[in-house]
Amino acid sequence: MSAGPESDGENLLQIEDLTKSFGGIRAVNHVNLTLSKGELRCLIGPNGAGKSTLFSLLSGLHKPEAGRIVFKGEDITFLPPFRRVRKGLCQKFQTTRIYRGLTVNQNLLIARRDHDSSENGPLSWALKTLGLDDQGDRLAGELPHSAQQWLEICMALATLPDLLLLDEPTAGMTPDETSLTAEFAINLNAQGMTIFVVEHDMAFIRQIARFVTVLHYGCIFAEGTLDQIESNQDVRCIYLGEQ
Amino acid sequence: MKRNRIFEILPLLNGPMELGQGRNFWILFCLFSLVLFGYALVGSVFSLSNLAIFFAYVPMGLGLGLLWGYGGVLSFGQAAFFGISGYVYGIVAGNLISTPGGTLLAAACGVVGTMTLAAAFGYFVFYGQVSGWIIPLLTLVLSLILETFMGQTAGYQWRVGSVLLGGYNGMTGIPSLNLGSLQFSGATVAYYLLVIGTMLIVYLGLRVLVNSRYGHAVAGVREDPERTRMLGYNVNLIQVQVFTLSAGLAGLSGVLYVSWGNYMNPSSMGLLAATLPVIWTAVGGRNSLIAVLISTVTLRYLADALAVRGGEYAFLILGALLLTTMLFFPTGIVVSLARRWHVWRKRDLRMPSSIPAETNQEREDS
Repeated sequence: MSAGPESDGENLLQIEDLTKSFGGIRAVNHVNLTLSKGELRCLIGPNGAGKSTLFSLLSGLHKPEAGRIVFKGEDITFLPPFRRVRKGLCQKFQTTRIYRGLTVNQNLLIARRDHDSSENGPLSWALKTLGLDDQGDRLAGELPHSAQQWLEICMALATLPDLLLLDEPTAGMTPDETSLTAEFAINLNAQGMTIFVVEHDMAFIRQIARFVTVLHYGCIFAEGTLDQIESNQDVRCIYLGEQ
Repeated sequence: MKRNRIFEILPLLNGPMELGQGRNFWILFCLFSLVLFGYALVGSVFSLSNLAIFFAYVPMGLGLGLLWGYGGVLSFGQAAFFGISGYVYGIVAGNLISTPGGTLLAAACGVVGTMTLAAAFGYFVFYGQVSGWIIPLLTLVLSLILETFMGQTAGYQWRVGSVLLGGYNGMTGIPSLNLGSLQFSGATVAYYLLVIGTMLIVYLGLRVLVNSRYGHAVAGVREDPERTRMLGYNVNLIQVQVFTLSAGLAGLSGVLYVSWGNYMNPSSMGLLAATLPVIWTAVGGRNSLIAVLISTVTLRYLADALAVRGGEYAFLILGALLLTTMLFFPTGIVVSLARRWHVWRKRDLRMPSSIPAETNQEREDS
């Protein structure tokens, strides 16, 4: 079990005082968060805590009212989404978003843009690990649900990201598949990929067992190692108490 | 280096985004092309001229097939761009009538001018994030406004250089394309060959385009714009580009049309003219270029044959055909037939091969 982010200390992503409201509701309320290069960070929180909103602010689907997002030392707060992807920030959506009418290979062809796939080590490793390497000619929409989730992760990897945002990567998966996904995330991180993951499934969070950030009502409620979070009475109250 | 380029392009001709990837398809395609070219040797000038004008509309139809079937954007603007291109060609060619190569310059002006206007229009529509179902209305309005505007340009005060715009009577006496002493006017073998050649090049070129990575991205925008944006594509720019290209193809048809008939009038941008390309594309099957090609020529022929016999009934029948297609063959008649044939042949040969090109249609069926 690792205590805190193991990294070379360089900040990859800095979120400063980020705020976003919908109507009268502050979905994200003055959030400050720093992600180091090579980190695998989990973000948890009860329903409606603002996790997905925070992610859509990061990927650029929503614009914040206040605050700053700095990625690789550059302010990207108001950069259009596609420029952020080109800078190396790619997201897997909460609901699986793949091109169902196209084959797996066509999905990946689109995802890797003008990159040479043979130079993308993590991608070929991921396809193999997740059992997608021999599914190339299958329709993406015909894949089992879990494989569709994995395909979307692979598509995100195909964009050669420096930071991978995973929004509920194990939603709807069986315990075995969840465990495989957690294993996958750990191994991918070990290869140097910085990963920021939102997840509901505590089994997944426990298996990953890294630094955890808890979001509640749009604010950062607690931060710490898995042990610290799990022994935090307040967190148990709002979130883990349900378990 | 150049050889490598060619080897990169060739596989794209036969990629999964278009129907007809088997050997049989290509044999048929080559035979069909040869017959078309060979017909120039035996056909009368009259029949060649009649046939040529059906094929002259193919680029416009294929443009809409690309925009609607592959890009997911329905447009009634093809007629507007067809008309603009024809008028611009008429104005430039009419003024440069004694200049060598003037008509070629005019053709370039027609197509480039059309594309410029389409790019400007597309910029506001797509960067303005206009929602998808508004775009058909906007493009229809564009066509109708241009028709109305050109309709009131009667009289001597409406002239550009020495060319009269002509109001509802249209612009007359537009010179045909010519290359030195070679005239591409309606009743010539040269015109027939030009149209057939252009149509085949446009078809094959678009085939390469839709199978390229860019073409896949275009289909990606159709399937899920948000996802495509989040894979690093400038979705708005792609939509403007595809819209502009499809307008340019309509413009190409416009130039071919005026070179054939030496005439252009506002009704070529009217309600009926704006609807026709949509009918061709829907009836054939918008997810396949070859289907659009076949239905464009067939329906042009049908409208012509019916018009000779029953006047306005032709449009009633075309409308009925569109309705039938939408109800019983939502993926288009040609595409449906091609699929049936594949299924039937697969069962017949017990061949467990997959047909990825039909994936889009299957998805929509279910």
